[in-house]
Amino acid sequence: MTAAPAGSLLAATGLRKAYGSTDALDGAEFSIHAGEVVAVMGPSGSGKSTLLHCLAGIVPPDSGSIVYAGRELTSMNDGERSELRRTEFGFVFQFGQLVPELTCVENVALPLRLTGVKRKEAERTALHWMEQLQVEDLGAKRPGEISGGQGQRVAVARALVTGPRVIFADEPTGALDSLNGELVMQLLTEAARSANAAVVLVTHETRVAAYSDREIVVRDGRSRDMERIV
Amino acid sequence: MSIGHTLLGLLEAGPRHGYDLKRAFDEKFGHDRPLAYGQVYSTMSRLLKNGLVEVDGIESGGGPDRKRYAITDAGITDVETWLSQPEKPDPYLHSTLYTKVVLALLTGRRADELLDTQRAEHLRLMRVLTTRKRKGDLADQLVCDHALFHLEADLRWLELTAARLGRLAEEVRR
Ligand SMILES: Nc1ncnc2c1ncn2[C@@H]1O[C@H](COP(=O)(O)OP(=O)(O)OP(=O)(O)O)[C@@H](O)[C@H]1O
Ligand SMILES: [Mg+2]
Repeated sequence: MTAAPAGSLLAATGLRKAYGSTDALDGAEFSIHAGEVVAVMGPSGSGKSTLLHCLAGIVPPDSGSIVYAGRELTSMNDGERSELRRTEFGFVFQFGQLVPELTCVENVALPLRLTGVKRKEAERTALHWMEQLQVEDLGAKRPGEISGGQGQRVAVARALVTGPRVIFADEPTGALDSLNGELVMQLLTEAARSANAAVVLVTHETRVAAYSDREIVVRDGRSRDMERIV
Repeated sequence: MSIGHTLLGLLEAGPRHGYDLKRAFDEKFGHDRPLAYGQVYSTMSRLLKNGLVEVDGIESGGGPDRKRYAITDAGITDVETWLSQPEKPDPYLHSTLYTKVVLALLTGRRADELLDTQRAEHLRLMRVLTTRKRKGDLADQLVCDHALFHLEADLRWLELTAARLGRLAEEVRR
């Protein structure tokens, strides 16, 4: 097991995770610096989402180490991990992450409301991020009344609203056409960079991965840092 | 790209001096590779010989070639023909890589490493183009997108080939 690169915000080494007889992760490594965008690529079923879930403290690995800001995730209890997810991490997924009953601005403000921020203040912060993602005009609409691309941008605004230090995005453009996918990527990376948030970006599209600073490829549960090749 | 046709097309909008043509070319099409002056003048003298352009005036004094060129009717027809003909799609762009992969397999080298190395190189270029696209105007975006889609297609091929290396190795060694 190699040591995590110095100065990284989030680093994992020797990650293993099995589902029954399937080795979803088989000694995977990962590291990311503050403000860095790292793309995670690889064939379907290779372990990308499992890696993301482990890094984000959603799924505990069978073995290995995950260090976030100097703290070992695998030795935290469930309460500490969910606190971390709420306050330090933001999430964007491919589909269905907005609450259909709430308006868009309420959706974006929701993570703040859950941490006890007053409605007015929460929605003011929400609007700031909606402006960054160019969806400020959709505030009063509900998720069912906007397009898929707009919905993803609202979801990105929601992921950023608590000022997280790491954004986890699993195929955030997977359901979009290339023009909308690129707009989401452009705004997501710009907003994340301006907030100095790191982004762990799982994608199978190379044009989406090209918005990252660096890429790793996962194959059969093992990761490979493409930077170290040439 | 046909530099002759491109310069002719630029001239169709109105007569220009050689140095002015080079500037217009570089500005619109020469992002990566600006034209050399020598290239402009050799191209223009070929077009002149073929009757596609004519000299419209000569500026007094100054540099080596101060000719002002204008397009002829034959030149306009030539531009028209060039623009109306499709480009030959080039499906064999990857023959070099394919050759390398097969040779690696034949000689017992790591073909997967070769593919990964190429992949990293492609991605690096895609990143550069994406950055340029983000910072550029619409013309930059269109030019970069064209290159990006092509690189993406190459990468798909690299990925698919990587996934089929086992079978390819069997066939190659048979
Ligand atoms: N909750 C689970 N229960 C059982 N098996 C799982 C579970 N999650 C993942 N797996 C298995 O682990 C392996 C890795 O899955 P994972 O979802 O990480 O792949 P992926 O790289 O994200 O694929 P895709 O590109 O299709 O999303 C697969 O074989 C998958 O079937
Ligand atoms: Mg997945």
